[in-house]
Amino acid sequence: MAAMRSRPVQILLVEDSPGDVRLTQEVLKDATIASELHVAGDGQEALELLRGDDGFSERPRPDLILLDLNLPRMNGHEVLRELRADPELCRIPVIMLTTSSSAADVESSYALGANCFITKPIDFGCFTEVVRAIEQFWLRIVCLPSTA
Amino acid sequence: MPPSSPPHLLLVEDNAGDVRLTKEALKDAEWDVELDIANDGEMALERLRTGPRPDLVLLDLNLPRCDGREVLEIVKVDPELCTIPIIVLTTSNSPQDIEACYARRANCYLVKPLDLDAFGELMRAIRAFWFGVVRLP
Repeated sequence: MAAMRSRPVQILLVEDSPGDVRLTQEVLKDATIASELHVAGDGQEALELLRGDDGFSERPRPDLILLDLNLPRMNGHEVLRELRADPELCRIPVIMLTTSSSAADVESSYALGANCFITKPIDFGCFTEVVRAIEQFWLRIVCLPSTA
Repeated sequence: MPPSSPPHLLLVEDNAGDVRLTKEALKDAEWDVELDIANDGEMALERLRTGPRPDLVLLDLNLPRCDGREVLEIVKVDPELCTIPIIVLTTSNSPQDIEACYARRANCYLVKPLDLDAFGELMRAIRAFWFGVVRLP
């Protein structure tokens, strides 16, 4: 089981849809494991946040990243490629969370080093279930790298 | 996703007791899988290169010949094999091991429970997430 944490799990959600952001926030707020959700609306913003180029460098580095594929400015695959090539960021687990279910997107995501690939259900209730499943598996069971 | 044929798992584990415990845990979780076993890292690499492609690998860390970290290092840069999800399943919970595995692109890191009930629960969790929520390559 995952070790006890002294601080809430830091999650970075890279997502341009405000509806999905709100839904994810609500599910995580009700979860038993305390977490803090940071949001980046596009790929460029995500990298700036992660690299501390945004003037908030005191912010703790995320323990987990939820990454959409279709994003403005820089898409999910490009973000993933940058993360995996960065010695400071390469260990952070990345969960692809996207509306895409194309086999090509699945393959290329795993090849680029995504930790897992989840197709976002369109149905509201199913989406909630998926976020809950991520919380249950990744926050309660998995050992995450200690990024503090 | 509807279940079709049972998923194919490759268990990389050198300890006979742990192999038995894993099988018991799968039974306890009522999870019907096709389980292939490699007793060391070299054997795991050979299975991956020549055998049927597993849907998921459960990888112990401390193994004879080629250990789990080396297996990750080799598999995750091999263009033919790198997309196969590898779950590290080990008794170690040392931050160094956890860091080293994620740096070598382990898909996730789980600590092996010591008792059967908890192990069965873990198998249920792996099944629910990796075969219920995730889209595998």
